Amino acid sequence: MSGWTRHDGLAVALPLDNVDTDQLIPAQFMSVPRSQGYGPYLLHGLRHRSDGTPIAEFPLNRHPQASVLVAGRNFGCGSSREGAVYALVDQGIRTVVAPSFGDIFFANAINNGLLPARVDAEVVEELMAELGSEAVMASVDLMAGTILIAGREIELELEAEKGAKLINGWDDIDLTRSHAQTIASFRSSHFQRAPWVRPANA
Amino acid sequence: MMSARATLFDKVWDRHVVVAGTNGLALIWVDRHFVHEGSHHAFAKLAARGLKVAEPELTFGVVDHYAPTQGPLSTASEDIQRMVRTVKENTRAHGVECFDLDDPRQGIVHVIGPEQGLTLPGLTINCGDSHTSTHGAFGAIAFGIGATDVAHVLATQTIWQSKPKRMRITIDGKLGPGVGAKDMALSWIAELGADAAQGHAVEYAGSAVRDLTMEGRMTLCNLSIEGGARCGMVAPDETTFAYLRDRPRAPKGEALSHAIEEWLRLASDDDAVFDRDVVLDGAEIAPTVTWGTSPEEALPVTASVPDPERLPEHKRFRAREALDYMGLVPGRPISGTPVDQVFIGSCTNGRIEDLRSAAAVLSGRKAKVPGIVSPGSRSVKLQAEQEGLDRIFTAAGLQWVTSGCSMCVGMNGDTVGAGQRCASTTNRNFKGRQGPGARTHLMSPVMVAAAAVTGEITDVRPFLEGRS
Repeated sequence: MSGWTRHDGLAVALPLDNVDTDQLIPAQFMSVPRSQGYGPYLLHGLRHRSDGTPIAEFPLNRHPQASVLVAGRNFGCGSSREGAVYALVDQGIRTVVAPSFGDIFFANAINNGLLPARVDAEVVEELMAELGSEAVMASVDLMAGTILIAGREIELELEAEKGAKLINGWDDIDLTRSHAQTIASFRSSHFQRAPWVRPANA
Repeated sequence: MMSARATLFDKVWDRHVVVAGTNGLALIWVDRHFVHEGSHHAFAKLAARGLKVAEPELTFGVVDHYAPTQGPLSTASEDIQRMVRTVKENTRAHGVECFDLDDPRQGIVHVIGPEQGLTLPGLTINCGDSHTSTHGAFGAIAFGIGATDVAHVLATQTIWQSKPKRMRITIDGKLGPGVGAKDMALSWIAELGADAAQGHAVEYAGSAVRDLTMEGRMTLCNLSIEGGARCGMVAPDETTFAYLRDRPRAPKGEALSHAIEEWLRLASDDDAVFDRDVVLDGAEIAPTVTWGTSPEEALPVTASVPDPERLPEHKRFRAREALDYMGLVPGRPISGTPVDQVFIGSCTNGRIEDLRSAAAVLSGRKAKVPGIVSPGSRSVKLQAEQEGLDRIFTAAGLQWVTSGCSMCVGMNGDTVGAGQRCASTTNRNFKGRQGPGARTHLMSPVMVAAAAVTGEITDVRPFLEGRS
């Protein structure tokens, strides 16, 4: 995963609360290997009629080039399926602005270079009103910790470690393997202190 | 020694910190890691880096999400066969034990972990599945993770986590007849919201929680994620220890006695401080059923479908959308809504007590609508058959199938058709969860049984009179 510091793109509003992972990536697409791309499956049920034809007025169909989503509370609630993040990323989404996110989705987003930006509910509501059904230029600056949408500057509340991961495109496995000695000594004292933590043999 | 004023969560967390970082971020040791078919992304990441599974003895494979329930794997689609094959090949290549379809211990990961005694108090448990919160019923820290973190745990047996805040939900009082753990869970989520516990580890306390069996506690903790919690926990007690005795992979004899001594010290200190404290009255909880497309959209079965125009403005749009999708009329009683089919099973309500309670309602009665009963594991299936429960279900006209995630998530082909309404013991009423266009009403096993009998959403309580 490559890091990023600044992103300029079009923002659209998705004025829905509780956009869950099963809507972001419906189960029937989850056996697809990532290499095939998950973009076409993003919000599949919301973007299409039951006969499979696209709904022209749906925000992402109207503005397929949008890369910043402004959505309602509890975005990404539900399942741990990382495919929900793959679908957003493969569609070209770099930032989701919402009042709150599902915990697991939030972690998965950071792990895949997608910024989940927590913004006050009142501000999100105002943004949605300003955006309406239009796409508006937005600018995300991870170094400065700001998002500029529709002439409004919003301060990003993001823990330093998470910002650093996005900026550097870090993969935790490398970081963790540098602690290999500490892990090995924890393991042996953990097993010694509490032998019952190891499963009994079958 | 632990400092006083520590919560159950703090105590288990502190014993697993390998590296303490800044801002509460810590590298945590993982005692158990379960992988199901969805782990193909994570194993692909491992392969791309040429890494091996760090601790095969602490890693367990399971076939559940794609497990066919109505025939042999060979008759399933090529896609399903490939998903099942892949988890078998990946676990075999890394020397990881796999509870495969031909294994008598097979079942849903959150049913078989406890059943096999792999789930214990005081452990940290991960799985690439949000309902991993189930295992917290034993006093373990258990939570779901995405594929990148699954790869990380496979490679290092550790995970980076920000320490969540602590929240306590106390439910005192005595539950009424026909009311159980499912109703407790749906009612707190309805009251507080589907994101109420975001960023929090929830501890369930109070007499109504203490009175629950282990299976009830698992149902309660299972649904923690539907209230947004990172995990749910119940302090281990005699009920926990009795459940664990003689489980295949749990400690035995003296080792168990030593472990129990430690586990008894895990309970939150009397003066422990929680970031949030909520108290509910168990006696006030009614059989609960969802009307919308989020688990927070739930109400007592005696109530009416909400009228969006009477809701606060910020809830109106979503409520209209949900009612439209669900095909419900605002203001009408939820009871009496006709259903097309029923489903009993899943990691939420697929255990033996769930099946017994549903069978108690169905015994000697006929179902007016078709439905599937899928036991949560092969062991549950066997036990249910020994008790004759399968014959009660089939005599009522329901289908008795084998174990897996089945119609909860629809990955194995067990789906609800578009526009069809299903009374379901599962955990998510999300749009399309049980199949594209499917309409799901979440409720307890006894409530689903009552819906089967009348063909509509029904208050189960009159059906329980004179029955255990």
